Amino acid sequence: MAVVHVTTESFEAEVLKAGQPVLVDFFATWCGPCQMVGPLVEQLSEENPTVKFVKIDVDEVGEIARQYQVESIPTFKLFKNGQVVKTEVGALPKSMLQKMIEG
Amino acid sequence: MHEIYDIIVIGAGTAGMTAAIYGQRAGKQVLMIEEGMYGGQIINTPEVENYPGVAKIPGFQFAMNLFEQASALGAKLESGRVTGITSVSTDGKPIFTVSMGEQNFQGKTVILATGAKNRKLGLSNEQALTGRGVSYCATCDGAFYRDKTVAVVGGGNTALEDAEYLADICKQVYIIHRREEFRGESGLANRVSQKPTVTLAMNAVVTGLIGEGHLEQVEIEDVRTKERKQLSVDGVFVAIGQEPDNGAFADLVEIDEQGYIVAGEDCKTATPGIFVAGDCRTKTVRQLTTAAADGAVAALAAVSYMNYNS
Repeated sequence: MAVVHVTTESFEAEVLKAGQPVLVDFFATWCGPCQMVGPLVEQLSEENPTVKFVKIDVDEVGEIARQYQVESIPTFKLFKNGQVVKTEVGALPKSMLQKMIEG
Repeated sequence: MHEIYDIIVIGAGTAGMTAAIYGQRAGKQVLMIEEGMYGGQIINTPEVENYPGVAKIPGFQFAMNLFEQASALGAKLESGRVTGITSVSTDGKPIFTVSMGEQNFQGKTVILATGAKNRKLGLSNEQALTGRGVSYCATCDGAFYRDKTVAVVGGGNTALEDAEYLADICKQVYIIHRREEFRGESGLANRVSQKPTVTLAMNAVVTGLIGEGHLEQVEIEDVRTKERKQLSVDGVFVAIGQEPDNGAFADLVEIDEQGYIVAGEDCKTATPGIFVAGDCRTKTVRQLTTAAADGAVAALAAVSYMNYNS
C-alpha cells in the first residue's frame, strides 16, 4: 500500500478514523535523517498491508505536529482507534520500525 | 549451525562502514551491528565540506552512500545493542561471540567502532524531557523553536554554532557556559556574542531542568557565588561534547579514564583479534577523515591477522 501524505483537513479521516493501525511519520524536507528513513517507510508499507502508513510534513501541517507535541524529527507515532499507542523519536532502522508496528 | 563471520564490526558509522568496505573487498564476510540507524554522528551534519575530493555533501547522503557501497559489496547489517563479547579458543584460534541479549553472532575478528554520543547533562529528568524541550541537535530541532526562548549549554564550537543558528530563529538565546571564556574560535564567539537575541550566562552550570511534560525552566548556578536562579525557556540545546560508550568491552580491551579504547594508529587492542576504529579510540583528532582512515587500517589489520593465523 502506498504511503499517504496527510493535510490538516484529511488528518481526522485518514488517521483518527482509520479502520486499521496507522503509523505516522512526522518529517521535514530539510531533515537528513528523515530522508534516510523515508525509503524504509515505503518498503514497510509494501510489506505490511494491514497497517496504514502516513507522512506528515511538519512545515506544511504544523498544526497537527504541534497538537501532538512533535519537537524533534523524524518522530513516529502509531495510532490505534484514534489514540497514540506508541511514539519513537529519531531515525530508526527498518527492523525496529517493524517491531514498533507489530508489538 | 550459525555462520561464523570473518569480521564483526560493532557500530555502523563512518569508521564501521569503511571497515566493512575494506573487509569485503579483501574477500572477507563482514557483519555490522548497529543499535540505531546506521550512519553515526555525520547524519546530523547538514553539509560536509571537509572530506577530501568531495566539495560538499549533506551528511545523511554521505552516510547513505557509504551504506550502499558496503551493502553492494556484500556486508550485512543487524540491529541491536551489543551487551558483551566472549571468546573461545579452539586450536589456538579464538572465535568471538558477540552477544545482543537474545541473539548472538560469532566472528573470527571484531572491530569496535562504537563512536561517541552527545554528552548528557546528567540531570534527573533529562531523559523524560528529551524531545520535550531538551535537545542535543540544534540543526535538527531548532526549527520547532521559532520565536521562542531557548538556552544553549556549552562553550565550544558546537555550542557557538548552535547558538548562532538559533539566534536567527528564536526570540532569545541564552548561552550557559561554566567558564569565563568560550573554548571555541574567538571570531565565532565574538560574532555570536554580538547577536541582539543572545544573552550570555558565563561561569554558570545547569543544575536543574524544570517542567511537567515539557521543559519550562532551567535552573543555573553561578560557579563562583553558588547562587542559583531560574531562566524561563521553551527549549535547551545541550552541546557539551561527546562521550564514548564502551562499558560492554571493559573485560577485553583497555579503556582510558574518559572511556575511550586505548590503541595506537595501528588500531590494535590489548586482545589479539579485536581491533578498534574511529571516535571510540584514543586519539587527538576526531573527524570524518580520521574515522574513515581508522576503518581501513582496522579492517586490513583484521585481514592480515586472519591470514597470518590460519
